[in-house]
Amino acid sequence: MDLSFVVIQALSGLASASALFVIASGLTIVFGVTRIVNFAHGSFYMLGAYMAVTIVPWLLQFDRSPTLFFVGVIASAMVVGILGVIMELVLLRRIYKVPELFQLLATFGVVLIVQDVVLKIWGPVDITGPRAPGMRHGIEILGQRFPAYEMFLIFVGPAVLGLLLLIMHKTRFGVLIRAATQDREMVGALGVNQAMLFTGTLFLGAFLAGLGGALQIPRLPANTGMDLSIITEAFVVTVIGGMGSVPGAFIAALIIKMLEAFGILIFPKITLVLVFLLMAVVLVVKPWGLLGKPEVASGRAVLPEGILNLKAFTRTEALVWIGLAAALLLVPVFGDTYKVKVGIEIMVFALAAFSLNLLIGNGGIVSFGHAAYFGVGAYAAGLLVTGPLKAPMELALVVAPVAGGLAAALFGYFIVRLSGIYLAMLTLAFAQITYAICFQWVEVTGGDNGVVGVWPSRWAASREVYFYVVAALSLTTILALRHLFYTPFGYTLRAARDSATRADAIGIDVKTHRWLAFIVAGAAAGLAGALYSFSKGSIDPTMISISMSIDFLMMILTGGIQTVMGPLVGTAVFHSVKDFFMPLTDFWRFFLGVSIIAIVLIFPKGIVGAIDSLRERMGRGPAPQPKPAGEAA
Amino acid sequence: MSAPSTTILETRGLAAAYGHAQVLFGVDVTLRAGEVVALMGRNGAGKSTTLKAIMGLVPANGGTVTFEGQNVTGWQPFRISRLGLGYVPEERRIFTDLTVYENLEVGRKAAAGAPGKEPWSLDRLFAIFPNLAEMKGRRASAMSGGEQQMLTIARTLMGNPHAVLLDEPSEGLAPVIVEQMADAVLAMKAQGIAVLLSEQNLYFASAVSDRAYVIEKGAIRYEGTTEDLEDNDEVREAYLSV
Repeated sequence: MDLSFVVIQALSGLASASALFVIASGLTIVFGVTRIVNFAHGSFYMLGAYMAVTIVPWLLQFDRSPTLFFVGVIASAMVVGILGVIMELVLLRRIYKVPELFQLLATFGVVLIVQDVVLKIWGPVDITGPRAPGMRHGIEILGQRFPAYEMFLIFVGPAVLGLLLLIMHKTRFGVLIRAATQDREMVGALGVNQAMLFTGTLFLGAFLAGLGGALQIPRLPANTGMDLSIITEAFVVTVIGGMGSVPGAFIAALIIKMLEAFGILIFPKITLVLVFLLMAVVLVVKPWGLLGKPEVASGRAVLPEGILNLKAFTRTEALVWIGLAAALLLVPVFGDTYKVKVGIEIMVFALAAFSLNLLIGNGGIVSFGHAAYFGVGAYAAGLLVTGPLKAPMELALVVAPVAGGLAAALFGYFIVRLSGIYLAMLTLAFAQITYAICFQWVEVTGGDNGVVGVWPSRWAASREVYFYVVAALSLTTILALRHLFYTPFGYTLRAARDSATRADAIGIDVKTHRWLAFIVAGAAAGLAGALYSFSKGSIDPTMISISMSIDFLMMILTGGIQTVMGPLVGTAVFHSVKDFFMPLTDFWRFFLGVSIIAIVLIFPKGIVGAIDSLRERMGRGPAPQPKPAGEAA
Repeated sequence: MSAPSTTILETRGLAAAYGHAQVLFGVDVTLRAGEVVALMGRNGAGKSTTLKAIMGLVPANGGTVTFEGQNVTGWQPFRISRLGLGYVPEERRIFTDLTVYENLEVGRKAAAGAPGKEPWSLDRLFAIFPNLAEMKGRRASAMSGGEQQMLTIARTLMGNPHAVLLDEPSEGLAPVIVEQMADAVLAMKAQGIAVLLSEQNLYFASAVSDRAYVIEKGAIRYEGTTEDLEDNDEVREAYLSV
C-alpha cells in the first residue's frame, strides 16, 4: 500500500463524509427542535436529487457555467425546503404531542407517499445528472488523479458547518433554535411563537437534505432507492454524534466515512460490521452519542399507553376466540388454495406481530426493526435447507428460533441500554445492518435475488398439511407468549415500561428483563420467519426490510396496542386488505402511507381498542366530561 | 400601600388536570395592577399548577382566565406571554447551553400595548442584577443556582411584562439569595409590575406581598392581607404547617 493510495483513499473518505454531514445536519437540527425523528428526511434528500436532475440540465442549456450549476443546486434545495414547510404545516403540526412511535410511523407514511409520487413523476429508471461544469477534470495528487468535484465536496461540509454555526450563534433564529432544542415549552412561555420556529426549522432541515441530494447528482444517478439507503446512514450519524448536535454530526460523519474508506482496505467485506461496532462502542460508553445530551422531558410519551389491565377472557370472549380458531382450522377443508395461502401468512405474521407486542405494548420497548429477527429466522432456515448441509425442515424449524433469539440477544444487549427515541433508532439501525449484510453477501445469501428451493419436508409438502404445521407451531407459540403477559415476568416488564427508574428502585433489574423479553420476542419472530420462508419456498432481503418492520407495527396498531389479542385481529385485517388491494393498484405504497397517517391522526387505538371503548361507553354511559375551557366567559 | 386599582389578572373557577388526575377544582384568584400577591400552600396543593394553567402550560378544563380584560383561556402560552404576562418557572429552566446574553435574547420582545412605559433594556436589567452584567458571555450552565435564579427573572423582564407569575421563588436557595430574590420582587413592584407568586415560605411571602391566598387540594381556602394571615394561627395550622 503506497502513500498516494492512502492519500486518495483519505480524500474520498473526506468527500463522502462531507456529503453525508450536509444531509445528517438537517436531520439532527429538525430533531433537536421538534423532537421528531423525521423518516421523510431521506425522501427530501431523494427529492433534492430528482429536482436537481430536472432543474440543473434545464439551466445549463442557457450557459454551461459553474455558476448556473450551483444556482440550480441551490434552487433544488429551496424547492425541497418549501416541501419541508408544507409537511410541517400539513402533518407535523398535528403530531408534536402524540407519542414518538406514532410520529415515526407518520413520517414513514410520508416516505411511502413520496416513493409513489416520485415513481409517478420521474418513472422507475435512474436519471443521470450532468457533471459540474468546470469540475470535470481530475486533479493530480502524488501521481494519482482525484476528481475535482470530489475535492470541491470536501470543502462543502466544513463550509456548511461554519454557516450553520454562524446561524446558530449569531442570529436570533439560531439562538431560539438552540433554546428550543433544550426546552421548547419555556421558549413558548417567553413569548416565542413555536409554530413559526418549527416551520423555519423544517425549512432549514429539508433544505439541507435537498442540498445534500442535489450535490450528489454528478456522482450518483437519481434513483428511487436513495431515500431509505441514506436515512439509515443519517440515523447512524445522528445517533453516534448525539441527536440535536450539529458538530456531533460532523465528527460522526467524518469517523464513519474514514472508517469505511480504510476499513475497505483491511476487511473489504465487512465495513458495515465496522460501522456497527463503532456505533455499539459509542452507545455503550456514551449512550447519548459523542456530543449529545440526555433527553430532556419532551412532554410526551414514547408510546401510546400500552396494555393496561389484563383481564382473563370472559366466557363469551373465550367462546369467540375458540370459534375463530376453529374457523381458521377449517380453512383447508373448505377454502381454496388462495385462502389457504392467506391463512398461512396471517398465522405467520400474527406470530411475529404478537411477539412484537410483547416488546411494545407490554414492555414499552419500541422496536422499529422487528423484521431483523424475522429475517434472521427465515435466512437461517432457508440457508440450512438449501446450503451444503441440505438439512431437513424439522431441523431448520428448531434452528431458526435459536438464530432469531441469538440475533436478538446480540442486538438487544446494546438496545436495552437505551430508551425512548434512541432505542427505536438503534433497533432500526441494527435491522438495516442485517438487511445490508443479507443484501451484499451475495455468495452466501444470493443478494437481492435471495435463495429459492426452500421447501418443506416431503410429508408436509402439500399446502394443506403445511397449513396445519404452521397452525400447530404458531398458535401454540402465541398461546405460550400470551401466557407470558400474565406471569410475574410480564408484570415486571409493564412496571419497567411505566417507570423504569421506579422499577429499578424497587430492585428490578430492568435491563436484564428487557433483554430477556427481547430474546424471547426475537426467537418467536425467528420461528415465524422460518415458517414464512417454507411457505414461500424462498428467502429474499424484503423479509428484513424496513417495510416489513413497518408492516408488523401496522398490524399491531390496526388491532390496537393496548390489548393483548389486538395484534391478531390487526394482522388478519391488515394482511387481508393488503393482499386484496395490492394487486389492484400501482399506488399501494401511497395508500398505505395515507392509511398510516390516518390511523395515527384519527384511530390511534386500533380496532380492538375501539371495540373496547365502545363497549365501555355502552356499558357505563359517557364519562362525565368536565366543562370545556372558555365556555363560561 | 397603593390604592385599590384595576384588576389585571383574574381566574374564575379555574380547573385543570394531569391526565385523569384532577388537580384544580375551581380556583378564584385576582391580581390588581401594581400589587404583589402570594399564593400559599403545601407541596401538591396546586400552587404551581394554578400558575401553569393561567399561562396555558397546563390546559384548563374548566373556568376562565382573564388578563387585562381579555379572556385568554385556552390560548397558547406564547400569545399570553405577548399580551404582557410573564412567567418565571419553578425549576429555573434557563437554557444552560446558551450564554447569559443569549438567554436574555430569547426573552426579548416588544412591550404589548403599554404606552408610555420605557422598555426593559440590558442596562436597566443590569442595574437591578449587577452580577449578570459581569458574566454576559458566560454559559448559563457555569452559573451558581442563585445567579441562575436571577437570570430567569431578568429573562422574563426582557419580555416587558405588565404582570409576572413567579413560581416558588425562594425554594431551595441559600438565605442570602432569598434576600436578593425579595429585593428583585420589590424592584419589579417598584416598576409597576404586578406579581403573583407561589410560595411555601410565609416569611418570604409576608416580606414582599400585599395579599395572600391559601390553596389546598386545588381550591382557595383563605384570602386576606399577609398581616392577617400571619396572625391567623388556625389557617396557618390547617393549610401551611407541615
